Amino acid sequence: MSAPTPEELHDVRLHVNGSVHEVQVPARRLLSDALRHDCGLTGTHVGCEHGVCGACTVLVDGAPVRSCLMFAVSAVDAEITTVEGLTEAEDTLSPVQQAFSDCHGLQCGFCTPGFLTTITAGLKDNPDPTEDEAREMIAGNLCRCTGYQNIVKSVLRAAEIERERA
Amino acid sequence: MKPAPFAFLRPATLEEALAALAGEPGAKVLAGGQSLVPLLSMRLAAPSMLIDINALPDLGHVTPDATGVRVGALARHAHVLASAEAAEVQPLLALALSHVAHPTIRNRGTTVGSLVHADAAAEMPMVLRLLEGSVDVESVRGRRTVPAGELFAGPLESTLAHDEIAVEAFFPALPAGAGVAFQEIARRHGDYALVGVAALVETDGGEVTRARLGYVSVSDVPVVVDVTDALDDPAAAALAELEPADDIHATAAYRAHLVKVLTPRVLADAVHHARQRSAQKDEKDMA
Repeated sequence: MSAPTPEELHDVRLHVNGSVHEVQVPARRLLSDALRHDCGLTGTHVGCEHGVCGACTVLVDGAPVRSCLMFAVSAVDAEITTVEGLTEAEDTLSPVQQAFSDCHGLQCGFCTPGFLTTITAGLKDNPDPTEDEAREMIAGNLCRCTGYQNIVKSVLRAAEIERERA
Repeated sequence: MKPAPFAFLRPATLEEALAALAGEPGAKVLAGGQSLVPLLSMRLAAPSMLIDINALPDLGHVTPDATGVRVGALARHAHVLASAEAAEVQPLLALALSHVAHPTIRNRGTTVGSLVHADAAAEMPMVLRLLEGSVDVESVRGRRTVPAGELFAGPLESTLAHDEIAVEAFFPALPAGAGVAFQEIARRHGDYALVGVAALVETDGGEVTRARLGYVSVSDVPVVVDVTDALDDPAAAALAELEPADDIHATAAYRAHLVKVLTPRVLADAVHHARQRSAQKDEKDMA
């Protein structure tokens, strides 16, 4: 029996959180897996792996995108921000991170990276959301612990912190 | 849950992409990937090659003019939805697009990709059919225009030949005296609709002269029903042509019920919209 042909590897240069990562990956490597396994950025969590749960959401050129629905080889021209890239200078929590801490917006924390990235981009588009708009902002992300109430509060609190820090 | 191995090409020109597609019978085109990548990950599809068209130039346009809105193959749903000019020329685009998945999916998924994915549970294939739009496709054999009425072959199946790439969709403008409306019921806003209904009505002097309805998630292919001669009971006329089915999300009976509830509601909205637009136009003409 002959050994299977090794899978072709592609040299891919990923721009993540302001750093360049040169990785060698097969074409089928999902961006979520490339971030975790090849770049060592394990803050991005992989939940459903078919675009439903939102845990793997990262920012691609500033817009939230499911990293499990993109291949690393397709991300070559993009500037990617993961949850690790949200933290501000000198390890200060970003407004959204601080709000989750203030409002108990997480319990087990598995879905949190996806919420943080989604809300960070959402507040850029809409810096002063109503409660309904906050719910709509997070409608594409699943959380099995909190019941969402404290996440909605966190969105509103994050908007407040952004204004306080401005 | 990972895709099976495939060869990968990210061409810089359309010619290169078309040649590669023509030369590899097992190849698939990758645009936004929001439907294709889950199919690959679940191994419901295993193409020998993916041709990533995201690096092709000149396909990201959303171009409205008096005749309608032209949408390039790389225009994301979010870009089409954000175009106020496109919404002005054809208001049904924005009405329906706000129901297409969640914003995060719309940031990556393309409108043209959704059309040729031909999912009867998706909003945009039905919208294209209701508006009697078309899709332009290219292959090494040249370019052709496929009318929406000839685009959908079956569940998740378009009539495009294997070597063809959809490069542009055309959504006709809403004529004077016409109105549109859209509503859908989903478990969560942004999830697949249990039932979605769109209406396009034309009026003359306030009277309805033509009324057509499009349905999401109640048949295998996007269905459009002409109810011009059935305005007293449009839902019954529609149900005669629809095939609501059971699945994990809803029973066939519940879907039929939603058709009965939504149909008159959406039709009334569209008639109201048509009369409102006519009144606004009259005011403008007077001024």
